[in-house]
Amino acid sequence: MIEIEKVRKSFGQLEVLKGIDLTVKNGEVVTIIGGSGSGKSTLLTCINGLEPIDSGSIKVDGQDVHDKRTNLNKLREKIGIVFQQWNAFPHLTVLENVTLAPRKVLKMSKAEAEEIAVRQLRHVGLGEKLSTYPGRLSGGQQQRMAIARALAMSPEYMLFDEVTSALDPQLVGEVLDTLRMLASEGMTMICVTHEMKFAREVSDRVAFFHKGVMAEIAPPEELFGAPKTAELQQFLAATH
Amino acid sequence: MFNTSLGIDDLIFLAQGAGMTILVTAIAVAIGTVLGIAFGIFRYQAGPVLAAPVTFVLDLFRSIPLLIQLVLANAFIGTVLRLKMSGFTVACAVLSLYTAAYCAEIVRGGIQAVPSNTRRAARSLGMSWFQDMTHIVLPLATRIALPSWIGLALGVMKDSALVYVVQVTELLKSTQILITRLQEPLFLLLICGAFYFIISFPIARFGGYLEKRWSND
Amino acid sequence: MFHYTFHWNQAFQKLPQMLDGALVTVEIALASMVLGIVFAVLLTGARLSGWRTLSALATGWVEIARNTPALFQIYMAHFGLGSFGIHLSPFTSLLIGITFNNAGYLAENFRGALKAIPETQTRAGRSLGMTGVQAFGWIVLPQMLRISFLPMTNQMVWAVLMTSLGVTVGMNTDLYGVTQALNAISFRTFELFAIAAAIFYAITKIITFGARLLAARLFRY
Repeated sequence: MIEIEKVRKSFGQLEVLKGIDLTVKNGEVVTIIGGSGSGKSTLLTCINGLEPIDSGSIKVDGQDVHDKRTNLNKLREKIGIVFQQWNAFPHLTVLENVTLAPRKVLKMSKAEAEEIAVRQLRHVGLGEKLSTYPGRLSGGQQQRMAIARALAMSPEYMLFDEVTSALDPQLVGEVLDTLRMLASEGMTMICVTHEMKFAREVSDRVAFFHKGVMAEIAPPEELFGAPKTAELQQFLAATH
Repeated sequence: MFNTSLGIDDLIFLAQGAGMTILVTAIAVAIGTVLGIAFGIFRYQAGPVLAAPVTFVLDLFRSIPLLIQLVLANAFIGTVLRLKMSGFTVACAVLSLYTAAYCAEIVRGGIQAVPSNTRRAARSLGMSWFQDMTHIVLPLATRIALPSWIGLALGVMKDSALVYVVQVTELLKSTQILITRLQEPLFLLLICGAFYFIISFPIARFGGYLEKRWSND
Repeated sequence: MFHYTFHWNQAFQKLPQMLDGALVTVEIALASMVLGIVFAVLLTGARLSGWRTLSALATGWVEIARNTPALFQIYMAHFGLGSFGIHLSPFTSLLIGITFNNAGYLAENFRGALKAIPETQTRAGRSLGMTGVQAFGWIVLPQMLRISFLPMTNQMVWAVLMTSLGVTVGMNTDLYGVTQALNAISFRTFELFAIAAAIFYAITKIITFGARLLAARLFRY
């Protein structure tokens, strides 16, 4: 379970998160929508401790992420994150990209790590590309590789930060299909996305962020069907 | 260290050495740059096969220690050809070719970095090869190559410390002569090093600044 | 055409001695390169450490190495340290001088290479649970070494050429030193140094060719 309570976060003068409360239960899929600068991506990097927070608390399985005594490296093993820019490691093959962290962080043997990596890469449809270097892959393939790389750590939670925003339109579908598959397998996920149709399909709940505040949160039928706030109505009108 | 027996005469002697360093460098860089531009354009224009002999000879200058180049040139001119030529002339000649060899690489790199579309555009406007070269390619290539060229000029200044081997008393050699006489190596070396540093450092910084500024637009 | 009679045979008889010298030259160059890389990594770390004194010292090293003649640096190791009562052998002075020079140039290069690697690479590593050191070692460092590979090859060639400066502090076992010593006995200056030049040329070609082979093996991406 991820428990976010009264989280505030500023970059200099700019307050990007103004007291966020959100609890995500195991097996739940929550998508976050909202305009740019609404703070939704920042929240994800705060959840795995890549960004510090100013006040409030974030607990993962009861463990406080921003407590100094927390071993963040240990904690990150169970929270996978995939970014808008897939950040493939260009000097490693697809297989090596995926086995690196299991071998170095989880101290798995090469054979063990490769077995898991091959399984995850097949899972995202890259079983044929094991010895290819990322530079030879399309953006969509690199993004799926990044997902497999995160999954190879056997995380309990997955965070997706606008994973399709940097992709050419024809490549968006293949990545969203991968996310749908994960959702259907019961992975606990928080997805920041611009894809409304996707949000409507996969989410248990959808949260709407506006200027650092979570303006609305509800199951998709409710949120999309009967938006309560004027901001959400405007946002939805603009995205259609 | 401040109880030095270094006198005014010695300082003048050092200054003369510094003057020689600058003179040799200036001559070598001037001649070397002209030759380097010619060789660079030739290498680019003639293609790898035709340019091969030039490429090979220029590469020799970059693959053999400068000290040996100077000794060989001196021996060849003096004992083989039996020509009377001053060490200064030999030093300038060798250092010029040495500079030209590096400069040709920089020029070729600069020309290659000019986008071929830009050149095609120039030629399609009816410019001749020569016009394209002088109005489009060289101005653009200069921008790309200038920071490296500044680095080269400073490199030549530092390498000119080796011309002592053909009896040219430049800065480092004059320092060494004084060291032998005064037995104050550290103090004298620091003066000598400071001289190189004071010339080289600001110019190198300026080159770095140009590189940064021009690579941003 | 020439009034001069070349005595190539006489010079070629000295080839074995010169090749022994070449071996010493390569040894010094290699040692100075390995040490240079180690110090360059340390200097780069020091410059990025944010600790002001340390960073200023490292920057001082880099700027002196890049803005004074290599010969000056060797003199400093030999005569400069001598003033403090530290008397080093010609071999050690030469090795220190070249290493100092290598480290300075390489450190500047490493810093540039690091700038070319996006911050997000480290971030991606950290988000997989790696420590900062792991992310640097497994993700950033290999990419940095690739970007710096050609400059490192060039520096290695420079190191070989710089060994010739050892003669100025009394070095007589390297290729240049041996040639100089032979010349003092036989006076076949042109022939002897022409052979030395050919050996230097061969060494640099072997280095650049070897580096190309190595690069093709190491960097397949």
